[in-house]
This record gives sequence, structure tokens and C-alpha cells, in this order.
Amino acid sequence: MGFLEWATNPWGRVVPIHIAWFLIWVAVILGFLFFVVHAVYLRYFAKPREFADAHPPADAARIPERVPRHSLTARLFHWIMAASMFALLFTAFLPKVGVQFPWVTYHWIAGVVLTASILFHIIHASFFMDFWAIWPDRIDLRDAWRRSMRFAGKPEPPPDKFAKYPLENKLYHAAIIVAGLSAIVTGVFMMSRVRTVFFLRNPYLFSDMTWGMMYVLHGLAGVGLIALIMVHVYFGLRPEKRPITKSMIFGWMSRDFYLKEHDPQRWVVETPSSPSSSAPDSKGLEGRGLTDAV
Amino acid sequence: MAVIRDVMATFELFQPASVADAQKLLEQRGPDAWVLAGGLDSFDWLKDRIKKPKVVIDLSGIGELRGIRTSGNDGNDGIEIGAMTTLTELANHPIIRQKYGLLAQAAELVASPQIRNQGTIGGNVSQDTRCWYYRSGWPCYRAGGNICYADTPEGRNREHAILHADRCVAVNPSDSAPAFIALDAKFVIRTRKGERVVDAEDYFIGPDIDITRLHILQPGDLLTAIRIPSTWAGAQFYFEKIRDRNVWDFPLMNIASAMATSGDRIEGIRIAVNGAAARPLRLKAIEDAVRGKPRDLATGEMAGKLAVQGAVPLQFNAYKIPLMRNLVKRAIVGIGTGAGEATWDS
Repeated sequence: MGFLEWATNPWGRVVPIHIAWFLIWVAVILGFLFFVVHAVYLRYFAKPREFADAHPPADAARIPERVPRHSLTARLFHWIMAASMFALLFTAFLPKVGVQFPWVTYHWIAGVVLTASILFHIIHASFFMDFWAIWPDRIDLRDAWRRSMRFAGKPEPPPDKFAKYPLENKLYHAAIIVAGLSAIVTGVFMMSRVRTVFFLRNPYLFSDMTWGMMYVLHGLAGVGLIALIMVHVYFGLRPEKRPITKSMIFGWMSRDFYLKEHDPQRWVVETPSSPSSSAPDSKGLEGRGLTDAV
Repeated sequence: MAVIRDVMATFELFQPASVADAQKLLEQRGPDAWVLAGGLDSFDWLKDRIKKPKVVIDLSGIGELRGIRTSGNDGNDGIEIGAMTTLTELANHPIIRQKYGLLAQAAELVASPQIRNQGTIGGNVSQDTRCWYYRSGWPCYRAGGNICYADTPEGRNREHAILHADRCVAVNPSDSAPAFIALDAKFVIRTRKGERVVDAEDYFIGPDIDITRLHILQPGDLLTAIRIPSTWAGAQFYFEKIRDRNVWDFPLMNIASAMATSGDRIEGIRIAVNGAAARPLRLKAIEDAVRGKPRDLATGEMAGKLAVQGAVPLQFNAYKIPLMRNLVKRAIVGIGTGAGEATWDS
């Protein structure tokens, strides 16, 4: 049983045609395994979280009761992207597991919505948000090392509180970028093989080998996204992450949660008394006083 | 691609004597099993070694799948045709000729007498497409690949679809299928979950639903019979098949209609066309559009134009658009009905 399906093209060349569909179930099982392992770890093995004391009491006093986290634009983008992503996954994989319906048109329309929303997001994040807020920085890596060592029982100082996004969130975002862009770029080319309003059909745009690799990459990205989305939904539903999930709906999180998890110097919240332009930025790349991050 | 003819790959042959045994075998062997009816489609695949099933289940020994059973007096309550009934038996059956002549006409136009003697009605409606790229074993969409070789600028696609193409542009080659749709037939299928009865038009599926099959049969399923209700018994029928060689060929396109009239008005009609899409199409819009209208040339022409709306020709099959338009017109007007002469328009 191979991971790829191969075929002999009319010119006698053996070319890949797509991934083996059992990989869908591999992704689903891996997603569930992650749930189980993570839940067991948190329940039985995880130690209480400890952070370096990062903020003086004066900082806490100036934090508003509702800390703005995601602008309306960012939230709309997130949910449009989520809807299109779910539509893409369901239309792609349900027919492969026996639920039959005319999926191609829905699939490429959802793909167009996703592509448009991602393009918007790239522009929005690059020019209107703190672009670097979602990328791991030196402090994230140092704190990841500290957490690992402390988990192993080695003496290390406690890590700092998080900036706007914890490291896991940033790594997840990076993984989604890789899988999502792979699916989008290959998907846009694959649209030239079906009848859409965008392109003149041209199945000979690439060689059979290139097309085959493109289908394989599209499939791998797709099954990868199954696992990634499952993990994302799992974290979104976990009780300790619920304030973050709620903030993606309502746009804000509570001051208590903010102060418990986040470092006001790494994620500076704009308040009337502390404009972002004068916010302290001593610890990292992220303390730029922007509240409208990714 | 080299094709080895006449030397089939080895397979395990089962010849069950009952439907129950056949179904048990099909369930046990699942996707590995190949159902053999008359063999006219199957042996092409097997001898060309394009399909290499591990198991072949030959239905020819199952008596209960053969024959035409009537309900009521002389079939006044409909008929049931066993799936292994040959096309010759069907075409010659007196009640079918008398009450369901549309089906007899369709069966008589299938291939040649020898093929009709061997070919079964179940096989005729369940046969695979004749797209030669697919039949040559090329890795097209229908074969599980990621390309349609026919839908390319250089593809030889004279016989292919003008409607409802979705990646694959192959067409269904059955002559009897549109007749069954026009007669509002029901297909009886034995599945793992029991007996399932579906409308004829729902038995066939296009590539948008499943690009690898032309019908709804899943591994383990068996078409056992086709039931024709008496609704359209003795109606005014029209069947026409257009093919390259009149002596023996698959249809470029065919049309079947069953019509009830009141005076010169069309009271009701069922009309279906095959060779235009991957599945035989019931032309519901036409049925609705002509109901209550006079049966004349104007109605026929209107129906013909309506029928081809949305048609997308390929490089070499644009002729199918006027062909379909004319066939629909001719089916509406009929022959010798006094409604005028439906000449061929370009």
C-alpha cells in the first residue's frame, strides 16, 4: 500500500496521479490521537503553569476590563476563512468516503473565497496590523527551551508570559500557512483543468509529471489541513482556551485572563492614558502597541 | 500503449444458480468482483486486459433473472423484466410490442442480431462508456486519474458530451436507457440492506456525482429486474437513433418519448435523450413546456431550441447541438401524426 497512486501515461511514463485516499483516515486518526494524548497530558502530567512576574501592579491598573484583541475586520476574515476551509474539506473528502454529491463546483467556489480572503489577509496583516506579532521571536524560543527544561526537572528560570500569541499559536499559524498556501497555489492551477468562469481550460499547461506532483501536493496539503483543523477546533473548545475563542467572536478578552497569560510589555494594550506611541517596548519585537494583530 | 488482445488475465469464476448466491458472492468479494451478464462489454475489458478482476460472477445460470413477467390481464398493470433477459427476447415479446413498443423499438436498434441474442437488458443499461481514451486504458478521470484526454484541443471528441460535462466528457451508450426513462420504469436493485427500487432516471449518474461510474450500483449491489408501470402503456411513442453506421453502431444520440394527446393538444409527455451527456437525460423542462400545447411544428421547434440551452460543444462535436434540437422537434411532432413534417434543420 503506497502513499501515492501512480499511473502510466499514454507515452509510457509512470507518473503520480494523486495521494492514496487512506491518508484521509490517517489524518483523522492522527487528529484524534492528538486530542487523547494532549488531554491525558493535561489531566495527569502537566504541571501548573508558572511565569516570571512580568508586570508591576501599576500596569494592571491601567488595563481596561475588556482588552481588545481582534478587530471586526480580523474576526470577519477569520470566520470567512473558516467557513471556506470547512467547505473545501467537506467537498473534497466526503465524496472520497462515500458521500456523493456534485462537489467540484462547490469546491472551486469555496477555493476562490479562501484565496480572496487570504489575499486580503496578507495585505491587511502586512500594512494595517502588527505583521510580526504572529511570528516566533527570540523570547518565544528561549521560553520554549525553559519550559522544556523545567518539564524535564532541570533548573531553569520560569518563562515570561506570552505576547499577543503563545508560541504554539504562532507555530500553528506557520503550519497553516504552509498547508494552506500549498493547497491554494496548486488549487489555482488545478482550476485550469475544470470549467470555471476564470480560465480557459488548458489541461496541457504542465507535463503529466508536473500535474501529478501538483495533485499530490494538493492532496497532502488537504489531508494535512484535516489534522490541523481538527487540532484547531479541539483547542478552541478546551475550557482553558475558551477566553481566546470568545475573543475571536466578541473581539475582546477579560483583563483577568490577559494579566494571567499575557505580558503587558510584550503585548501592549492601547488605553486612553497610554497611547501606543509611548508604550514601552523593552522586551521583544511585539511590544508595538497594536491591538489589531492577526 | 500496447494492448494484449484475446488473452484474459486469470480470474476466479463463479456461476451462482440463484440471486441469493450471487448476492452473497458479491458481498463477500466486494470491489474485487466483476459481474458478467451477456459479456459484450465485459469481454472487451477483460481481453484488452484493461480491467483485471480477481473474481468474475457469471449471472447466466440464474433462471430467476430471466424472462418477462406480466401483472394483471396481459400486462395491464405493468410488466417486470428480468435483468438477464436478452434484447432479442425483449424486442420480440408480444406484450412489449403491443403496449410498450417504445422499448421494443429501442431494443431492436441495439447493435446487431447476434449481439442482441447475447446481450441482456441489465447489461445494456449498466454498460460502461465507449470513450476510447478510457477504453484504451489511459489514466483519465474515469479510470481514477486526473485528466480527460477527450476534452482537450486535440482530443477526438466527436461522440462526446455537450451537456452536463464535469471534467469527464464521456457519454452513456445505452439505447434502452432513454426508453425506460420515458416509460417511467423502476429499477430493482438488491443491496446489502435489502431491495431498493429507483426511478430509471435516478439509476444513471453523471461525473459530477461519481466520475468513475455511469450508474448507482455499488460493489455488492445487483440489478435484478426492471419494472414498467402501465402508466404509458399504449401511448404514442417515438424512438430515433442516430449512428454513423446504420447496420451496427453505438448511438451518436438517441431519443425516446411517450406522449398522451387530447385532440391536437399534448396532454402529457415523458421524453429522454441519450448520447448528449454522461447519463441519459430526462428533458423535464421540455415536458413542462409542451404540456397543453398543440402538437405541431411550432411546438416542436420551440422544444428543440429549449432542449439545447446550456449545451457546450467540444472541438469536434458541435453537430450534436442541431442534432439534439432536431431530434427533440421530431419526437414532439412525431411521424404520420398529421402535425406536419419535421424536416432536419441545420
